[in-house]
Amino acid sequence: MSSELRELYQEVILDHSKRPRNFRELPAATGRAEGYNPLCGDRATVYVELEGDRVKDVSFKGAGCSISTASASMMTEALKGKTRAEADALFDRFHRLITSDPSRAAENVAPELGKLAAFSGVCEFPVRVKCASLPWHTLRSALEGEAARVSTEETEASRGDADGKTRPEGSS
Amino acid sequence: MSTSPDVRRETRPSSAVAIDVAAVRRDFPILSRQVHGRPLVYLDNAASSQKPRSVIEAERSLYEGYYANVHRGVHSLSMESTDAYEAGRVKAQAFLNAASTREIIFTRGTTEAINLVAATFGRSRVGAGDEVLVSGLEHHSNIVPWQMLCEEKGARLRSVPINDDGEVILEELERLLTPRTRILGMAHVSNALGTINPVAQIVEMAHARGVPVLLDGAQAAPHVAVDVQAMGCDFYAFSGHKIYGPSGIGVLYGKASLLEEMPPYQGGGDMILSVSFEKTTYNELPYKFEAGTPNIAGVVGLGAALDWVTGIGLDRIAAHEHALLEYGTARLLEIPGLRIIGTAREKAAVLSFVMDGVHPHDMGTVLDYEGVAVRTGHHCAQPVMERFGVPATTRASLAVYNTKQEIDVLVAGIEKAREMFA
Repeated sequence: MSSELRELYQEVILDHSKRPRNFRELPAATGRAEGYNPLCGDRATVYVELEGDRVKDVSFKGAGCSISTASASMMTEALKGKTRAEADALFDRFHRLITSDPSRAAENVAPELGKLAAFSGVCEFPVRVKCASLPWHTLRSALEGEAARVSTEETEASRGDADGKTRPEGSS
Repeated sequence: MSTSPDVRRETRPSSAVAIDVAAVRRDFPILSRQVHGRPLVYLDNAASSQKPRSVIEAERSLYEGYYANVHRGVHSLSMESTDAYEAGRVKAQAFLNAASTREIIFTRGTTEAINLVAATFGRSRVGAGDEVLVSGLEHHSNIVPWQMLCEEKGARLRSVPINDDGEVILEELERLLTPRTRILGMAHVSNALGTINPVAQIVEMAHARGVPVLLDGAQAAPHVAVDVQAMGCDFYAFSGHKIYGPSGIGVLYGKASLLEEMPPYQGGGDMILSVSFEKTTYNELPYKFEAGTPNIAGVVGLGAALDWVTGIGLDRIAAHEHALLEYGTARLLEIPGLRIIGTAREKAAVLSFVMDGVHPHDMGTVLDYEGVAVRTGHHCAQPVMERFGVPATTRASLAVYNTKQEIDVLVAGIEKAREMFA
């Protein structure tokens, strides 16, 4: 297998995609959001239970490719016990990592990323950035929803933020 | 402006003579390149096909030898360019077996051709409470223009359901052709599933109810012989880039009687006979529908592509692709957990599939590293995906230059993906 492909599909990513952790609904959720990537049909619902400002529990359900499933699974593991501000900061780190210039990806492997550093290979695959970021966008929406006390049923994939890689679907 | 002579169809070589694939492949410079260190296996032909040298050379010799604007000047270059441009129209007419070159309108592609019909014919024929009918296997480009029209007019877009094999259910078509139906839009060949619709029969059914028919031929023109007079359709659209020609050029065929009654699509130069601030007189067919400087190089390249296809012979191309389809279908069905989506009896060379435990996007990425180009996603046919309950598929679509060995590379790649993910 090529080294780029092995970088993308690291063992830990394959493991989480085959056996996703925290893959369940969360009855006690204080926030919930659905993410949808219309390009590939990936769907992720992220549930978050806040205790004060801290993530007490977080889980997800949905169907997607191995990158989006593993990203959601590893995100839930990384977030437990974090404050909202810490979660935001982690997303920023993660986002910087997966949208790095491939030649400088190593510089963006921050220590606080922990296991999430496994996603460094994604930056070689611009069309897969959305797969990795979908769960995080959805999480942010779930957290915001809780703060604003509104139902959060929006599609994060269409937010058009720094994932400038989102492209219109091509010809048949 | 000269009117081009009408041309009879060329006789095509007999299907008895098999294609020399090695010779065909030598015509396509891109096929010798590598992807990720592997020989390119290009199986994304339904999205767009590669170009033979003659098409590339036709555009090059235009730009290097005689390029100027068409229908304008009295100077030599303009006349030579005009001749080449109009020769492209004659080739398109012969290719479709249209009755006259007046019925051949150049567009940017199939999408623009359908939009043209929706915006002119549709807008003048469809009113509040009327219905526009399409099928459940359409590409978005044969859905959205009609949807926009219906929204504007307060009309209703209805669709004929398809069965589990991906075939249009003709009894449902019969039922849905109502006195309110103003036009039927139908794919000749489905892009996502490969289904070849029985278009002559469908046109007959629609015409029996007085309903005109537009056929989306984007996926058909490169793979099956098209005869618009035999099919009896009122409009037919196809794209250059899927039939080994340039991107950004396509053809709309329309019956002259209908085109004449239709208002222009866009206003501008070339589509007029005379202009004053009080009144403009529109040009004759087909120029009424070709406002502005056209895609001159695109038409020249398309003409070369149609020559290339006609030179090989569509019946031989279809026979070659059908043999590949049968081989590919059998090979894919050997793979555990793989399900082919689209199993129509009459089918063009499209292999759309899903696989347990392997998402199409992961499949596409793994295959890319084997040098194999396939399409993954919804193929601009979300209603089809919905019908089969899958968010996306992997689609291998074949062309004249593909080989059984390439199918073997595809199958080996799929096995690799299965080992990784499933």
